[in-house]
Amino acid sequence: MKFSLISSIAVIAALTAQMTQAETLRLLTWGGYAPDEVIAMFEAETGHTVEVTTSNNEEMIAKLRATNGGGFDLAQPSQDRIASAQEEFGIYKPIDMSKVNAELFIPSMLSATAGNTTYEGEVYGLPHVWGTSGLVVNTAVAGNVTDYTDLCDASVAGQVSYRLKRPTLIGFAYSMGLDPFAAYDDTDAYQSILDEVEATLTECKPNVKTYWDGGDEIQNLLRSGEVVASMAWDTGGWQLNADNPDITFVAPEAGALGWIDTFVLPARGRADDAAYDWINFVMQPEIAAMITNTAGNFTAAVDGDAGVSADLKARYQGSFDQAAIDNIKWYPPVPAGLEALEGATLDRINAAN
Amino acid sequence: MTSDTSRLGFYLLLAPILLWLVVLIILPHIGLFVVSISEKIGPREYETGFGNYAAFFTEPLYWRTFARTAIMSIVATALTLILGFPIAYYIAKLTRGRTKTTLFLMCMIPFWVSELVRTFGWMILLRETGVISNALQYLGVVDGPVEMLYNDAAIMVGLVYTSILFMVVPLVTTLDSLDDSLIEAGYDLGGSSTSIMREIVIPHAMPGIVSGCIVVFMLSLGNYLTPILLGGKDSLWFTGMIYTQFITRFNWELGSAFGFLLLALSSLVVFVGLKLSRQSLTETMGRT
Repeated sequence: MKFSLISSIAVIAALTAQMTQAETLRLLTWGGYAPDEVIAMFEAETGHTVEVTTSNNEEMIAKLRATNGGGFDLAQPSQDRIASAQEEFGIYKPIDMSKVNAELFIPSMLSATAGNTTYEGEVYGLPHVWGTSGLVVNTAVAGNVTDYTDLCDASVAGQVSYRLKRPTLIGFAYSMGLDPFAAYDDTDAYQSILDEVEATLTECKPNVKTYWDGGDEIQNLLRSGEVVASMAWDTGGWQLNADNPDITFVAPEAGALGWIDTFVLPARGRADDAAYDWINFVMQPEIAAMITNTAGNFTAAVDGDAGVSADLKARYQGSFDQAAIDNIKWYPPVPAGLEALEGATLDRINAAN
Repeated sequence: MTSDTSRLGFYLLLAPILLWLVVLIILPHIGLFVVSISEKIGPREYETGFGNYAAFFTEPLYWRTFARTAIMSIVATALTLILGFPIAYYIAKLTRGRTKTTLFLMCMIPFWVSELVRTFGWMILLRETGVISNALQYLGVVDGPVEMLYNDAAIMVGLVYTSILFMVVPLVTTLDSLDDSLIEAGYDLGGSSTSIMREIVIPHAMPGIVSGCIVVFMLSLGNYLTPILLGGKDSLWFTGMIYTQFITRFNWELGSAFGFLLLALSSLVVFVGLKLSRQSLTETMGRT
């Protein structure tokens, strides 16, 4: 009797300990980065519950800005948009590296992201998923499109689509032989690059069927054959390749544009422990492979590509040879205020007839 | 004592609407106004001034988009009226009983699904590989696929479709209240169909026409989805511009200023419309 009393007390104590540790993790992320099966495994292992909100770079920053960094416990913006957002709005808190299992991360990516997300001596970001933007082309019809500026070629007139966003400006600038990333800190030089790109994109406008906004929209346009060449993300091209072998992602001659989505802690997040648990959980090689299989992009996890499906690997290797990988232009941190210049350029292109 | 109790009752009844107005309308607008008059001079540095409003007037793109939005909304309102009036007249005057209810219901059924779904419906119909394009090719009217999406006409179709119910409902209500014997008397006195329409029906329906127009105009001006999804490469819409300033440019200051300018524009157009139609807001809203 006495023994069972003690054991039941022990059970209750263990349960309450579990209860105090269990938190709700409010995750602000991209579609595909938190698959249901991964969430279920995480909840079973740690007792935390996960609430997922999917979004994109701009909306993540806007949401966190509206609440001064509240409402979410972990967010995943791209690494080039962290330092400037922190400088302007103060919406993140620094990463406590003692709580992160750094061995799970590929060291070069961890240090590159740390360098790019440092603000006033503190590191704000950890790398998670990386990928590129480049060309998604129907090679049977538009095999001659191998660079961004080829989208303006007469042979694909009216069957082209790209986004009216900053990656398009940067891709075209590289394709025109300019170096926008080198001019990031020189406003005048950057403005003159933007002016040249503006002239090209305005001239190119009759070629464009429509400017796409969402990933589903461009996939529909390519799948239906209404668009044969576009500037888009690599995953979109690989997904279409599964249905139609003619359509695939092509790394442009001027270089694909490389992004890394990160983990950051919002300034007023309440469940930091759950956030660190999540980071350490999803960076395990087998979990990282599951995320790669749903999101379509590779992760910064050590050995994370071991469990990835052979089809996806084959598509990745088909799009990128070693030279194309070396030629990827990785986004450096965007200086504060650069978006205003780009915004004015994009508005003028949009309004031009 | 009794007057005190009734006064308390009056304030209690007033409380929800006051709360609604203050918390959801007035306070956010004050906040928005404060944001709109702060100019950004550096990271986390702001100063007070009207620079954002000045930016609107100095950059032709902004006020052109503004004018474009207003003109297209006015055209959409006029088209909705032209399409909606015969429907409303038929429902109110030429049908009785169950047919009337059925027709009225048929006008409403499309509004049981969300605006997004309706807009996607139009995209499926109008796109190059869509229903209309395929049907035309099948019938041999055209040789190749035709693209009907991504232009201003598509936006117009979408806007009229989304807002026609809001024109039909007030029109049916006002036309219902018109005594049929007045129309008969008009015919007895030798009036033609046109003159009866002009002298009797339209003057009676005027409050309904005006209130319908106000609602449709406001809905079109403030519409975000339809112009973005159906519009083409240069179909800029002012609400889209406000979204861009807030979300992609992180420029809440300019976005707030745009918001206030849109408010001013819609109020101005409604005011001018009321003056031109010689209606007063109280009469229009009171009679329908």
